[in-house]
Amino acid sequence: MSLRRLAPPELQPASFEFNLENMARVEKEIAKYPPGRQASAVISALWIGQEQEGWVTHPMIETIGRRLDMPFIRVLEVATFYTMFNLAPVGKFHLQVCTTPPCTLRGSDDVMAVCKKLIGPSQMTPTADGMLSWTEVECLGACTNAPVFQVYKDFYEDLTAESTTRLIEAFRRGEQPKPGPQAGRTGSEPAGGATTLTDPALYAKKPEPA
Amino acid sequence: MLADKDRIFTNIYGFQDKSVAGAKARGLWDGTKQIMEMTPEAICDVVKKSGLRGRGGAGFATGLKWTFMPKEVKDRPHYLVVNADESEPGTCKDREIMRNDPHHLIEGCMIACRAMRSHVAYIYVRGEFVREREALQAAIDDCYAAKLIGKDNVNGWDFDCYVHHGAGAYICGEETALLESFEGKKGLPRMKPPFPANMGIYGCPTTVNNVESIAVVPTIMRRGAEWFASFGRPNNTGTKLFQISGHVEKPCVVEEALGIPMKELIEKYAGGVRGGWDNLLAVIPGGASCPMIPKSVCDEVLMDFDALKAANSSLGTAAVIVMDKSTDLVKTIARYAYFYKHESCGQCTPCREGTGWMWRVMKRLETGDARVEEIDQLWEVGKQCEGHTICGLGDAAPWPIQGLIRHFRPELERRIAERQRMAAE
Repeated sequence: MSLRRLAPPELQPASFEFNLENMARVEKEIAKYPPGRQASAVISALWIGQEQEGWVTHPMIETIGRRLDMPFIRVLEVATFYTMFNLAPVGKFHLQVCTTPPCTLRGSDDVMAVCKKLIGPSQMTPTADGMLSWTEVECLGACTNAPVFQVYKDFYEDLTAESTTRLIEAFRRGEQPKPGPQAGRTGSEPAGGATTLTDPALYAKKPEPA
Repeated sequence: MLADKDRIFTNIYGFQDKSVAGAKARGLWDGTKQIMEMTPEAICDVVKKSGLRGRGGAGFATGLKWTFMPKEVKDRPHYLVVNADESEPGTCKDREIMRNDPHHLIEGCMIACRAMRSHVAYIYVRGEFVREREALQAAIDDCYAAKLIGKDNVNGWDFDCYVHHGAGAYICGEETALLESFEGKKGLPRMKPPFPANMGIYGCPTTVNNVESIAVVPTIMRRGAEWFASFGRPNNTGTKLFQISGHVEKPCVVEEALGIPMKELIEKYAGGVRGGWDNLLAVIPGGASCPMIPKSVCDEVLMDFDALKAANSSLGTAAVIVMDKSTDLVKTIARYAYFYKHESCGQCTPCREGTGWMWRVMKRLETGDARVEEIDQLWEVGKQCEGHTICGLGDAAPWPIQGLIRHFRPELERRIAERQRMAAE
């Protein structure tokens, strides 16, 4: 369990409305579920809200509750239960650094040390320019490419202190460095190239034109 | 060694064409119409005969699970929910299926739905996997466009497939917590009974299966139960995606037959343990909640459900976490204890309080700032947590600690003695 509360009132904006594009996305999510079961879309609605605002605000929870016909407290408890919802502003590039053992064994302590040195000593605290923040997260599920951190939608994998430094400098300049493994491979195949699925007979049949 | 022609996931690394046409060229969506024309009982029989056991950790027979669904659809529709909330530390196979080889999963959902008289499948993807759910959604959209799925599709069974996502909660990988979360609530596991096959999402009959369990089904249907059952040992059949992480030269995901010796798996596919096999200290064979096994056991143990159970551990998700002699085992297990403390949903007291308590003791054991009796106390508290909670998290949380005490108690005692000696000086 982790104790999570909404940001204090002085940080909260006065109101929240989805923009038109995001409203359409929310409606599309609601349409996935049977009539009357719109509450199933609460996580995606909060997610889309967070993409729009950068974090989950008090008025956002009210707005979503009204649209999904859910009491405020039901949306609030979802927002505080799920740890990917940021309950206070974070940096434009928010580094979610995995420190669970598969990553620790491969050197996530070094990655973490670089984050603390270049971004700031404490997590969930954006830099003065608002560009960067970091947080420690539990297993991100990319363990054969450890250590890993996530920024927005992307995973940065096979990290070292050097590559982490390089990536953070790029984020600071507002760039979007290439995600994925940073040490030569393209996915979860062994370094140096795949040793299985090499039989050309598997891929002898060519795709038929559509 | 498993031959390439017998591997199910032929695009697991994403080197090949991911489109419908590409998937078809690799043998997917072939004869799906004939499979959909089979009766639900016949499909369940093939899956049962193949010996497929759930790939999500518990290892329950998939075909048998499907037969628990009501035999006819009455006033409540049936649902398939696929558990893609892959968060067990060490596990990263479903991610590869979703982003690189998603057609196995989509076709598998359709067949599983036919077997359970369902027309709708929801795939619950963990929140962190944004690119993965985008890739999966793109593949689903392609299937709709090609009329492979949807209303009046070419395969003759109306079927809709939707992607649902979470937002960061390990507990939602527990099937009833996943159902709660799906309904738009906190992911608190439910009491059973009623079981999901009777009361799942929206009070309707629901079956929850792991991504890999569903994704292997189309190939089993096409190549036959005997083919799948020809790999591995009785009761432990088939091929499996293994994920080898930690202190190996080349961490990777690879598909192999169940029952491959652990040493062969690590040496052949992951380039061996860093510094050689003799530098191995211990292995966690199936993701965080499986107790570790020391090198002496690793030398001989086979990677399947029964062999690892006999070794006081479990196959889990086949996420092999390798630790060499440089590892601070106590620190590693203390970190796992923190993981469980962080991820406990807080519903049951033994788990909510116990995971925090065990973590605090582990932190002290890390530096030796404890008494020897506390090791026994830790064991005892773990036993009080285990089996006294609604879901399996309370069971699993003490297991890594028990594995440590079982095999490495002298190390814990050494730290305590050293600390006391330093304090005395």
